[in-house]
Formats: sequence, C-alpha cells, structure tokens
Amino acid sequence: MLEFKTINPEQTIAIAKQLGQQVQAGDVLLLDGDLGAGKTTFTKGLAAGLGIERYVKSPTFTLIREYQDGRLPLYHMDVYRLEETGASDLGLEEYFDGNGVSVVEWSQFIAEELPSDYLTIHFNKDVRDDQVRTLVLEPHGAHYEALVRASFAD
Amino acid sequence: MSKKRELILAFESSCDETSVAVIEDGHRILSNIIATQIKSHQRFGGVVPEVASRHHVEQITFCTQAALEEAGVTYTDLTAVAVTYGPGLVGALLIGVTAAKAIAYAHHLPLIPINHMAGHIYAARFVKPLEYPLLALLVSGGHTELVLMAAAGEFEIIGDTRDDAAGEAYDKIGRVLGVPYPAGKEIDRLAHLGQDTFDFPRAMLKEENLDFSFSGLKSAFINTVHHADQIGETLNRENLAASFQASVVEVLTEKTMRAARQLDVHQLVVAGGVAANQGLREELAEAIKASGLDLDLIVPPLRLCGDNGAMIGAAAHIELKKETFANLTLNAVPGLDFPYRA
Repeated sequence: MLEFKTINPEQTIAIAKQLGQQVQAGDVLLLDGDLGAGKTTFTKGLAAGLGIERYVKSPTFTLIREYQDGRLPLYHMDVYRLEETGASDLGLEEYFDGNGVSVVEWSQFIAEELPSDYLTIHFNKDVRDDQVRTLVLEPHGAHYEALVRASFAD
Repeated sequence: MSKKRELILAFESSCDETSVAVIEDGHRILSNIIATQIKSHQRFGGVVPEVASRHHVEQITFCTQAALEEAGVTYTDLTAVAVTYGPGLVGALLIGVTAAKAIAYAHHLPLIPINHMAGHIYAARFVKPLEYPLLALLVSGGHTELVLMAAAGEFEIIGDTRDDAAGEAYDKIGRVLGVPYPAGKEIDRLAHLGQDTFDFPRAMLKEENLDFSFSGLKSAFINTVHHADQIGETLNRENLAASFQASVVEVLTEKTMRAARQLDVHQLVVAGGVAANQGLREELAEAIKASGLDLDLIVPPLRLCGDNGAMIGAAAHIELKKETFANLTLNAVPGLDFPYRA
C-alpha cells in the first residue's frame, strides 16, 4: 500500500503519469472513488504517461473509450451504469487480456468479470477541503507490487 | 414516364431507440417509427448495453414493417438502405447494421453507412434547406462538439469537450438531485422555476479555443450539495437547477457565438438530445439577436432532436448522391468520430 496526498488535480495527474510510464500490456487498474473524486483526472495523467495526446473524455455514456495513439493502447471503461446488471455479456475479458492497459471506474459493479490480479487506486475526498484527495495504491499480486515499486522508486 | 421516386429506408439503433424511417428526397418523412427503451433503462440510471441490444432485436422487424406500411411502400419501391454504424454501443449498433445489410442484400439495394452525429445535424434538413459553410453545435449524453461543415456531407470538429459531455453532466447532477434518468427535461423545468444564486464556475470561457469542460461544474455542484448535507441544510432544488443550467448554457452559447464570429457562416444548427433544452434555445436566440450577426438558428423539432431513423435518411440522401456505399463487410464502429480540424 502506498499513499499520496494531493492538493490539486495537477498533482493527481503527475502521480498517474509516473505510473503511465511503467504500465505494461495487459495491466488492469481499478479506480475506486465517488463522483467527482478525480478518477477521470487520474486517467488523463495515465494517458499522458503513455504518450497519448488525444483528449481523455468521460466514458460514462459509451462505457468504453479506446485510445490507440500511445506507447500502448489504453482502454478506459466506466461501468457506473451496470450497477444492477453486471457485465457478463460485454466481453470485457477481451480487453483485460488484450494488448493494452485497462482502466476501470466503478469496478465493484462488475466484480465477477475481473482478473485475479490488479492494482486498485482508491480516491478519498477530504471532508474539509474539496481540493484535497488521498490516493491509496493497493496492488493485488506480485506483478502489481513490482509496478508500484518501479513507478515510485524514490 | 414519371421520374422514379428516391426512397431511403433508414435504420437507427445506436443507443436507446430502435427506429426505422422511410424518407423521400432527403427531406420528406413518409414514416419514422421510434420504439423507445427509456422506461426499461430508468431502473438502471442509464443505458445498459445488454438490455439495449435485446430490445433492439425484439423491435427492429416490427419497426421495419410499420415504417414500410405507414409510408405505403414496399421493398421494391426503395432506392437504398441506410444505417447508423457509429458511434454508439456496439451490441446496439450491430442490430441495425445487421438488419440493414440483410435487406440490402436480399433486395439488391445500395447500403449507405451513416455517422450518427451527421444524422443529428441533418435532422435540421426537415426544417429548411441547409446552406454551407454551416456551423453545428452537437450536444447530447455522449457529445459536446462544435462542427464546421464546409460543404454537404463534410464534417470537421472545431471544438470539443475535454471531459464530460453536457448531457452527461445533466444526468450526473440529476442523480444528486434525485431526478430520474434521463434528467435533462426535469432539470430544465426546475431551472425555469429558480434563480442562478449559486454562481457555479463557467469553465474555459477565458481560453481562446472553442473547447468545453463540464467536469469542474459537476464537482462544484456535488461539493455544494454535500457541504449543505453535512450541516443539515437543504438547498433549494429550483435554484440549484437554475444555477447549474445557467453555467452550462452560458458556456455553450458563448463558445458557439465565438465560433460563429470567426467563421463566415449564416446557419447555426443545434442538434442532439440537449437541443431540446428550452434554456439553451432561449439564450442562443438572444445572443444571436444581440450580436447583430446574420445567423439563422435552426433547431430541429423536439421529436427529431432525439435519436430517430428520419435524420439518418436525411443524411443518407447526401451520401447517396456521392455514392458512398458500403458492402456486406460493414461493421459497427462504436468510437466513430468526425475528423478534428488540423
């Protein structure tokens, strides 16, 4: 577990960018936090770390947005709307097993479709200051422990 | 000998609606059957793809038959078949694409692939003939774009949202206000009963470009409600809605007018689901009047602002002339986009 306190979106982006420079094909990142906690902001930073230059837009309506112009493809998923149905027919495993990096928002709604190992990033809003967030990186499995170590060596 | 009629059978199934239309000469609606799924989606707070595709399968043959009957035509009268192939939900898109391919193949008709967003713009063709170059503001649950059309069937994005779409922001703050999906209409109604008292941020107005951002507004709204909750205070819903809408509408209007001043355009088409918003229509009309620009605001009638087959038929009329045909390898393209201006 690794914790960061950020006081503005730029700091969240900077942390995500460091991670984006180290992620590998097939990596799965789960972003856990309320509406407006900074999940899409984080994904923008991750995309920047992958060398993606297009705008990273919210995938809520489309469920999945793909970005192919970086070092690796980025699959940005938001399953907010699958709260009551799950995602058994969506073929998400093809993304998780694919050649890119999958970022999943609201992954608790599709718990059954997730791979066994992944990196969870929790976004906790500060009750006193709207700008402040605590980001908690929680790796599941040796691969993701190594990823976090490599990204934040110092 | 009489001239053969140009009749296009058009399919739309990118999201909520299954719709099939018969359009004559690109601007006469002979039929426009729309089977909506909003009721079943309301339970889930949004569009659920599995539900969407299952419903499309159930509806599409019925809609096709009804469209032909209402238009008083048969397959042999048709000139071409058109279909939305993106953007949208892949499972939903595939139902329309498959149906259109089957009919085109069986009846030896040309198959015309249409970008759903082009359809939204061409809904304006049912109001009056379009003149180019033309500026379009596309606002919906998945899009907030300013599009320049240099000529018929040519589209270029000159401004775009950098995060959330305007319609999505409505749905998300709707959830906070306890307004059921889709929230736009109810928030528009509440907004007209309230005042802009919260002074939410107007994102990106100071920047030169034509881009939008609604994520900061969403956060400001959520924070405001959250803080009130913490101290046991209940905020006025009408004023919250009015303040939120004032921010969205001001930014959309200001950037659209900026684009109109930069470009030599005389028509402004406002299209997509959010084009139904009364607050947006009123403010744009006032801004145009105040600007003194020779700019004709065209908003499709309410029933054509949502997703429908008629608009796809109108867009297909242009592509038929250009002979933009697909063969049976046509596939759905969920992330289909217009090109960005270089």
